[in-house]
Amino acid sequence: MAEPQDQTDTFLATPLDAFHRDIGGRMVPFAGYAMPVQYPAGIIAEHRQTREAASLFDVSHMGQVVLSGGAEIVALERLVPGDIEALKPGRMRYTMLTNEAGGIIDDLMITRADGHLFVVVNAARFDVDMAHLRANLGDGVDIEVLEGRGLLALQGPAAAAALAELAPATAEMPFMSSMETDLDGIAARVNRCGYTGEDGFEISVAGGDAEALARKLLADDRVEPAGLGARDTLRLEAGLCLYGQDIDETTTPVEAGLIWTISKRRRAEGGFPGADVIQGQIAGGAPRRLVGIAPEGRAPARSGTAIASPGGAAVGTVTSGAFGPTVESPVAMGYVDAAFAEPGTALELDLRGKPVAATVAALPFAPHRYYKP
Amino acid sequence: MTTKYSEDHEWVTVDGDVGTVGITDHAQGQLGDIVFVELPEVGSTVEAGTECGVVESVKAASELYTPVSGEIVEANEALEAEPSLANTAPTGDGWFFKVKLSDASELDGLMDEAAYKEFCAD
Repeated sequence: MAEPQDQTDTFLATPLDAFHRDIGGRMVPFAGYAMPVQYPAGIIAEHRQTREAASLFDVSHMGQVVLSGGAEIVALERLVPGDIEALKPGRMRYTMLTNEAGGIIDDLMITRADGHLFVVVNAARFDVDMAHLRANLGDGVDIEVLEGRGLLALQGPAAAAALAELAPATAEMPFMSSMETDLDGIAARVNRCGYTGEDGFEISVAGGDAEALARKLLADDRVEPAGLGARDTLRLEAGLCLYGQDIDETTTPVEAGLIWTISKRRRAEGGFPGADVIQGQIAGGAPRRLVGIAPEGRAPARSGTAIASPGGAAVGTVTSGAFGPTVESPVAMGYVDAAFAEPGTALELDLRGKPVAATVAALPFAPHRYYKP
Repeated sequence: MTTKYSEDHEWVTVDGDVGTVGITDHAQGQLGDIVFVELPEVGSTVEAGTECGVVESVKAASELYTPVSGEIVEANEALEAEPSLANTAPTGDGWFFKVKLSDASELDGLMDEAAYKEFCAD
């Protein structure tokens, strides 16, 4: 009889897998990978560390892809509402792959590098994205998946000072810019961006260099490791969408409050899947909106919680909810009928059968503190 | 006073006919940072092995079970005000509620400390 297999054996490992286990990471399955949800400090401490100093996150599970061949900019614009043509070399942009209904296949970061586009996509959507790109980019685009590479996120107000110890020029990088550089002997692509609302960087390195870079960064007293748990509470306080919860193939960028990612030219010209739906919603409004929700009291409202008008009819559903360690109260996001989307609107949540008062809150819950020169 | 443990990772310490109930150190470690508790109402009756409250960590909600049946005689208001006590002092100030036992023989079906340690190690 075969021995039952250790469940974690069936999950993919990032280049930092052994490192996480070595420093006490609690490994959980996430998007097919074994990933640290937290380290011994715990989610609240890791969250606060990120807001107060700096944290290092392993996000190597995310897909890293290079598009080249000459036609990549024009071809990619046919699949996303983001303005890729206007992207200057060394700059990056947040956009999404849309479907014909205006829904979101995935959200992604696109960097215009020398002679190619560098694209980072969600791990859970990688296979879907790659099939979509291969089917639709056309013959003029070469697709190279950067398999086994490491991606480290250094986030927090002390991130720039800590990274400058390895490469001083990174400190002056504009927000949403990218450079290839040498980090104390390690070749890296450094992007000034993140998913926490704080200043910070996402650093792509060869898989074999990931642990050495992690150790260099963690040797800095200002930097501590943080896991997926803190990453989730940080992004939720920052009002940033999580694919599969706040956005998916049934939600449009307009409903999700992502109109800001679509330039004037692209709004006017369209030319991406679902443009008719999205242009129509930009002009006439979306039937529902993703909003911030502040529940009264201390009980978190989790994903799936029903939202009603006070004492009245159902108006929506919570898509993300947790306790916000920085704001020290429960925070949530969810879709509500457009008539209930204005900040300050009173709502009622159904928490395990008990009505709990809540208010539509302006996003983000915790102010963004991105780098401004 | 004796302390017994349930398979749902609650402990109960019995003094006379009143049991004080909380979650174990193992349970709080698994849950992570606890940010909210909902305790049974004083005066209500609870039945062993059934849900009688909620424990929420940053990430997720978990049901709270009672290891013994009886009438709730006290709920820990300090824990409601400061849920992290369940992390920092799970077998002390972080207790959840006190229950007047309706059937002391239920304790025989619970684990002693040695058996519980073995249960957690499996």
